[in-house]
Amino acid sequence: MTSIPTTAVPPRARKLVGAGRRQWIGLLYVLPAVALVTVFFVIPLGMTAWMSLHNWPLMGDHSYIGLDNYWAILRDTRFWNALKFTGYYTVVVTIAIFAVAFPLAIFIERPRPFTNLYRTFFFMPAVVGFASASLLWSWLLNVDSGLFSPAAYDLGLIDRRFNLLATFQPAFWSIIAMVVWKVAGFTMIILMTGLQSIPQDLQEAALIDGAGPFARFRAITLPLMRRTLALALILSVAGSILAFDQFYIILRGGPRNQTLTAVYWIFNQSFVSFKLGYGAALSMVLLVILVALSLIQLWLLRKPEGLD
Amino acid sequence: MAQAISARGKLAARLARHSTGIIASVLFVAPIVWTALSAFKPAAEARLPPLPPWPTTGFSLENYATLNSFGDGLWVSAQNSIYVSVMTVVLSVIVSVLAGYGFSRFRFPFKDLFFVLILSTIMIPFQSILTPIFLVLTKLGLHNTLTGLVGVYVTLQLPFSIFMMRNAFDAVPREIEEAARMDGAGNATMLVKVMLPLVWPGVVTIALFAFLGAWNEFLAALVLMTDQSKFTLPVMMTALQSGRFGAIDWGAVQAGVTVMMVPCLILFLALQRFYIRGLMAGAVK
Repeated sequence: MTSIPTTAVPPRARKLVGAGRRQWIGLLYVLPAVALVTVFFVIPLGMTAWMSLHNWPLMGDHSYIGLDNYWAILRDTRFWNALKFTGYYTVVVTIAIFAVAFPLAIFIERPRPFTNLYRTFFFMPAVVGFASASLLWSWLLNVDSGLFSPAAYDLGLIDRRFNLLATFQPAFWSIIAMVVWKVAGFTMIILMTGLQSIPQDLQEAALIDGAGPFARFRAITLPLMRRTLALALILSVAGSILAFDQFYIILRGGPRNQTLTAVYWIFNQSFVSFKLGYGAALSMVLLVILVALSLIQLWLLRKPEGLD
Repeated sequence: MAQAISARGKLAARLARHSTGIIASVLFVAPIVWTALSAFKPAAEARLPPLPPWPTTGFSLENYATLNSFGDGLWVSAQNSIYVSVMTVVLSVIVSVLAGYGFSRFRFPFKDLFFVLILSTIMIPFQSILTPIFLVLTKLGLHNTLTGLVGVYVTLQLPFSIFMMRNAFDAVPREIEEAARMDGAGNATMLVKVMLPLVWPGVVTIALFAFLGAWNEFLAALVLMTDQSKFTLPVMMTALQSGRFGAIDWGAVQAGVTVMMVPCLILFLALQRFYIRGLMAGAVK
């Protein structure tokens, strides 16, 4: 190839060779990203599966034990309780977030005076981290130095200060309130994009046909927002199943370990008890659940047939 | 007559609308303002319930000073957080711009495989692979280092930011590139001088998400940073709030939470349209 004088190569072929080499350079551009994903994602993922078949303490040698970790999971009632609690929390918090975010999205959907300002205010807690929000609310919820209990007492609503974090029900609903406060603005924006994508003339046509607000909402808004609703739902569900920060920071899994979530239990097994192999097996179970949910997500997000 | 009634109706509707808006706004913003104001109370007052939220016995920076005396101090954690966040921003922007350009403009072997691989990481939560990440970092000699944490954070950003950047590059007309190539621009010049100014809004968006992600992340920092001198703000504040340094000083917690929230709020208020754009880009797709 090199011995052939360049003039001998027909112009077309030369262009192709040049283009071919240029194309290969693309590989160089994506290489750093692929390397990072390999080191911090693909390898750890493979290792999780591998470790789950081992007894793997932090110090000392690990030994192959087959599926023993998985058999142990079947008998691990605390893990199943954690999973059950996580599911319960996910359902309750998702409903609560939608119940607040949907009206807000309708409220800010159309450009009117001050709408942008309201939107900014509603959204502010969403950019604050979960850890910051949890620390903030752990103070507000504190029985002696916090806000809610002392304020209720001062207003005469309760006859003695009530520790919101001491028993399950008030503690659980306090967390729900905090998460709704933090996340509703985020869900609101996603729902708003869905609302804005509905053609205005459809609504007007329905209005002319005499459809009431509820009928219009059911017949036009909901079906046309299916993909947006699915996306908001999935983000909320996936986020809630992985919940950790708020339960660790505000409740430490209490009262009486009743608010241990799945990730919290894996964290405890792996990094408090240092049963790394067992933690990996638990992770695999969580992973399967989440991948199954992702597949449902892809199905829910599929392009609507017949429409657009 | 009818006009007067409808005008009054309109006014009532507007009044109802704005009072709803104001009440809801207050509910969302109050906890943030309450903390920031309470943090300025003297320590003795900060221990009492925050009624009213503002300092009544004099303005004081005592809480911030106390915060600096716990463990290795506020300043060390703040520096760690700043370092980790800035490095995450810089690296994830570089890596994502390169990859976005590569995926948008070139054809090479395994291109689709790599793209799907990177995007699919979003389906699998990093929480479930934290243990092996811990071991990989140990193998690389990056255990308990901020650099290791940055590597994890950058990887977490990649699916979103590479997707964003590829779309941004896709939106640049090929004619612009061809014209520049006629003028003799090489690949690198092309990217930096010609393409980058055109995809700039996308870069700001991914930088903002990278900063917020790294600044606010808790679990990985909690697990991977075992040495107090390496704690980021969320980890150090949680240690403080759990009473690790003795009795819980709620004044210091208020001050610390304020320090954690303010950078996020300032960046969001300044770059709001980029943030919303990023969210919408993700939502519409």
